[in-house]
Amino acid sequence: MRIPLSWLREYVDLPAELSPEELDQALVNLGIEVESIVDLRTTVTGSLVVGEVLEIEELTGFKKPIRFCRVDVGAANGSGEPQEIVCGATNFVVGDRVVVILPGGVLPGGFAIGARKTYGRNSNGMICSVRELGIGDDHDGILVLPEDVPAKPGDDARPLVGLDDVIVEVEITPDRGYALSVRGLARELSHAFEVPFRDPGLAPATGATAEPAYPVRVLDTVGCDRFAARVVRGIDPAAESPKWMRQRLTHAGIRTISLPVDITNYLMVELGQPMHAFDLAALRGELVVRRAVPGERLTTLDGVDRALDPEDLVICDAGLPGGASGNGGTAGDGGVPNGGASNGGVPISLAAVMGGETSEVADSTTDVLFEAAHWDPVVVGRTARRHRLFSEAAKRWERGVDPALPLVALERAVELLTTYGGGTAGAEVLDIDHVRPAQRIVIEADLPARRAGVAYEPERTIALLERVGCAVAIGDGRTATGNGHGGRHASGPDTLVVTPPSWRPDLTDPADLVEEVIRLDGYDKVPSVLPVAPPGRGLTPEQRRRRSVSRTLAENGYVEALSPPFVAPELFDRLGLPADDPRRNAVRLANPLADTEPLMRTMLLGTLLGTLRRNLGRGHRDVALYEIGMVFLPRPHTGAPPAMGVDHRPSDEEFRAADAVLPDQPWRVAAVLSGEVEPAGWWGAGRPAGWADAVEAGRMVLAAAGIAGDRIVVRQTAYAPWHPGRCAEFRVDDVLVGHAGELHPAALAALDLPARTSALELDLDALPPAPVVPAPQISGYPPALIDVALVLDADVPADEVRRALAEGAGELLESIRLFDVYEAEQLGRGRRSLAYKLVFRAPDRTLTGEEAVAARDAAVAEAARRFGAVLRGA
Amino acid sequence: MTYRNDPYDPKQVALLDPAALAAAVADATAAFEAATDPDGLAELRRQHLGDRAPVSLARREIGALPPAAKSDAGKRVNEARRSIESAHAERLAVVQAAQAERILAEERVDVTLPYDRRPRGARHPISTLAERIGDLFVGMGYEIAEGPEIELEWTNFDALNIPPDHPARGTMDTFYLDVPGMVLRTHTSPVQARTMLARKPPIYVVCPGRVYRTDELDATHSPVFHQVEGLVVDEGITMAHLRGTLDHLAKAMFGAEARTRWRPHYFPFTEPSGEFDVWFAQHRDGPRWVEWGGCGMVNPRVLRACGIDPDVYSGFAFGMGIERTLMFRHGIGDMRDMAEGDVRFTRAFGVEV
Repeated sequence: MRIPLSWLREYVDLPAELSPEELDQALVNLGIEVESIVDLRTTVTGSLVVGEVLEIEELTGFKKPIRFCRVDVGAANGSGEPQEIVCGATNFVVGDRVVVILPGGVLPGGFAIGARKTYGRNSNGMICSVRELGIGDDHDGILVLPEDVPAKPGDDARPLVGLDDVIVEVEITPDRGYALSVRGLARELSHAFEVPFRDPGLAPATGATAEPAYPVRVLDTVGCDRFAARVVRGIDPAAESPKWMRQRLTHAGIRTISLPVDITNYLMVELGQPMHAFDLAALRGELVVRRAVPGERLTTLDGVDRALDPEDLVICDAGLPGGASGNGGTAGDGGVPNGGASNGGVPISLAAVMGGETSEVADSTTDVLFEAAHWDPVVVGRTARRHRLFSEAAKRWERGVDPALPLVALERAVELLTTYGGGTAGAEVLDIDHVRPAQRIVIEADLPARRAGVAYEPERTIALLERVGCAVAIGDGRTATGNGHGGRHASGPDTLVVTPPSWRPDLTDPADLVEEVIRLDGYDKVPSVLPVAPPGRGLTPEQRRRRSVSRTLAENGYVEALSPPFVAPELFDRLGLPADDPRRNAVRLANPLADTEPLMRTMLLGTLLGTLRRNLGRGHRDVALYEIGMVFLPRPHTGAPPAMGVDHRPSDEEFRAADAVLPDQPWRVAAVLSGEVEPAGWWGAGRPAGWADAVEAGRMVLAAAGIAGDRIVVRQTAYAPWHPGRCAEFRVDDVLVGHAGELHPAALAALDLPARTSALELDLDALPPAPVVPAPQISGYPPALIDVALVLDADVPADEVRRALAEGAGELLESIRLFDVYEAEQLGRGRRSLAYKLVFRAPDRTLTGEEAVAARDAAVAEAARRFGAVLRGA
Repeated sequence: MTYRNDPYDPKQVALLDPAALAAAVADATAAFEAATDPDGLAELRRQHLGDRAPVSLARREIGALPPAAKSDAGKRVNEARRSIESAHAERLAVVQAAQAERILAEERVDVTLPYDRRPRGARHPISTLAERIGDLFVGMGYEIAEGPEIELEWTNFDALNIPPDHPARGTMDTFYLDVPGMVLRTHTSPVQARTMLARKPPIYVVCPGRVYRTDELDATHSPVFHQVEGLVVDEGITMAHLRGTLDHLAKAMFGAEARTRWRPHYFPFTEPSGEFDVWFAQHRDGPRWVEWGGCGMVNPRVLRACGIDPDVYSGFAFGMGIERTLMFRHGIGDMRDMAEGDVRFTRAFGVEV
């Protein structure tokens, strides 16, 4: 919301000298976010003066009309001689007074004005348009000062064109609807500077008369708890809004339209009361306020034909044919809510949000019906969201409007219209008032002090609450006055009974009052005290595990990525997932950012490969990435979660039932590699990344998670999107926890990724907790080192051979390591040799050669028994 | 000195002649001096101290001398031998040192050659900062609480005093699922609700995590970003405790001169509420106040919805964007740098504790 400071000053006695910085600080301390404060006095520098056009010479021979003017600028140019200026506008005549910027001045946007030769003449300065001055959008011609503006050539033009004000633009939080007005902001500023405030909302107003200004029936007094109206007849349809009003509206960022509409907008900004001006002549019959009926439509002022929702509040004209009472029109099916046989009329206005085209004030309007009502914030908010109509009015209604305002606003509207548009105000005042009085709030008198940690005296608390407009009574029922609080206990009152003012519907709870006290006393007065927490448990095992895994991968060359989890359905096809793969069953967003990516990932790889591709696209060739994050796996056969209230805690069963509807969201880790893991260099060739790196990454992850090697089984498998011959599955305690290997060439081609790109994905939540590590027995006796090379079928997995050797070797085996894999003709077709280094050691003695050989033989015998392995060269 | 009149065979004992011994010493010394490597020196040692060396042969001749002369001659031979040995030892030390030096010189390499054979990895600064904040609070006795990213509307909104038609829901730019009642969490605050449902006060937790808003990715927005939030519920908790906690966090993050200031604000889940700025002395454009996050006293309605008696307990909550913190702390100008996963960006941050 934008408001000129001069408007605020009308109601609050701000210091005469108030710098933008002071104003900014005051607003910020009040909790009003300042978007900008623009001092219009500084937007144009140099001489900006009134000029009177003395002579116009039309220059010919150019593509457009050009005028060479001699303009009297008084003594402003130092010489008193007429100023010679070339001008491209034609909307002025000799004798007009215009706004001239003299050479040396600078217009908004850094547009410096000099003396220059143009169109063959010397131009010393410029005659300005509204847009060039930065005070509006009008650029059809230059600004000609109206005749009634008292000014003579050479006068400073700034005050005449509104460049003598300060424009404050603020953002109001959703709870403070009242501050969306001059009235509300002025009140707040009066708190900050502790200066008098004159409340325009408390101006006297004519009350309801027996005879209504216009027949109105409110069928929904919950949605519309107040509806007031007055009439002005016989206005001059050509009457313009006064300059001061137009200027203020322009400064407030509101387009001027016509006098009656400008008045409603002006009062909305000034008081915070949105209003509507109907063309009385366009109304046919009784106005009916009700909910819309299914099928009803309305073309709103913005020209949009809208289908109305049964929840929308509408103002209807019962005199129009085809009304909802069953005249056979398109809207007649639903009948009239609450209306029985009565005539529900045809909608002419989307109540509180936007008027309709048919009843709008037009150029010919002479009789005006002003409406000022009070609408339910929730209903208006829903309507605004449903129709995406976030009008200035809707913004205010949604945040809460003072229900005490309608008659005051009408009084001002009628007065302004008759003053500037002529006409006669009707004596009748309609006021259908179902507003319920504000609820009193009982608050412990020391609650603000206890919440803030600041020792407010009760008097201070009461004074601050009264400053925001609350009526405060001591808990025993006696009213607290501004000075003495008669009847208080010596120790101060225990409780206060607080009645919030009508403009503060946000004040409903003791906590709301606490905030007002602390806010007005100043948040900066709250001291700094560090609370002492009880001893905590530290990180959970899962948290520790994620950190270990993350650090391990980072320290082994992988770079962490945090990819957005939105995926396209086509991703599953590109990855080559089978049609019935459960990973295709993904959570779907109702309002995705990109319609092409409406799903939530069911595997980390898909999105991480996207990040890989982006890196490759940026010219990186050798990339190793990892990600730790959640995937989202829908649960079968769940609908919406059961509803739960907020007045009390849901039971454990209720919450469990609701929670069980949420998708399963396990933590996963994924890694991808492409290019070389070790680059070529002066030391020699590089080493390309491949399936083995991905599998090793899996082993590293499991080791970091504290899983001992003997609990891990790595097994050959075929699983999309991996290469069917180069995919390993990881099992821990025989539970499948993930896959690694080279990705399927078809998937890589579909994803536009380089061949041999390899990947890992493991389910961290499926891993068992890390056990306490049993310390190994360290023997000081010398080891016996024996190598064995076994020849066996090439399709026997090396990991199973290792296991057989280890199990056959028995307890003397300290370690085993595969150091060579050899395939050659002489071994036989489909055979290969695996060579292992075995280290034997006893805890209590030096092993004899015979003992070591016996253990070696036992190991080989086990491999022979399981896989038919024979010692190479034996 | 001559032995012309001595009763010995002058031929037999010529080697014991002092002049001959002196010559042997001189020869040996000169030979050693000429040696340039330990191998050559070892050969020379054999020549001048071995069995066939003059001093060794001279020693054999002593037996031919009359007893009275033996002692004298023995001394002379020993002296000569010691001289030669000493000359050898001296030379050996020199030659060995020279050889060692030569080898070292030969083994010289260009130590400026790069050896980046194992490229370094890195953790994303978002993870690192979230852990760092978490660690600070864990050190103070807090615990790290977590929750799902697809949340119940109830925990994301209702329980936090944001009823269905509250304007704040409109400002949250929420991602909804295609089934009702669930959203991508718009903030980490639902973790507060879950924590309060799951346990009794005293509660001291921080909740780092990923959150979602329907903002297109640009220089200052991202549909996916991260927050870290703190929640304390205990008896007698005041706004002063909130300020003390934020001040402590600010100093731990930004140094001793850091401090915070509040601006009143509105959040449905806290009342009173504020936004807080931090005095950031290291800002790349000079020391200044920087908007950091939101905070307030837990709204009693939230406590009630989560089963905590607001008449007994009070609490505070605060939260800030991790990306936002990184942006001013590290002078990051574009949100996309943190969201896109370019390895150049992340590598710059390495791996922190």
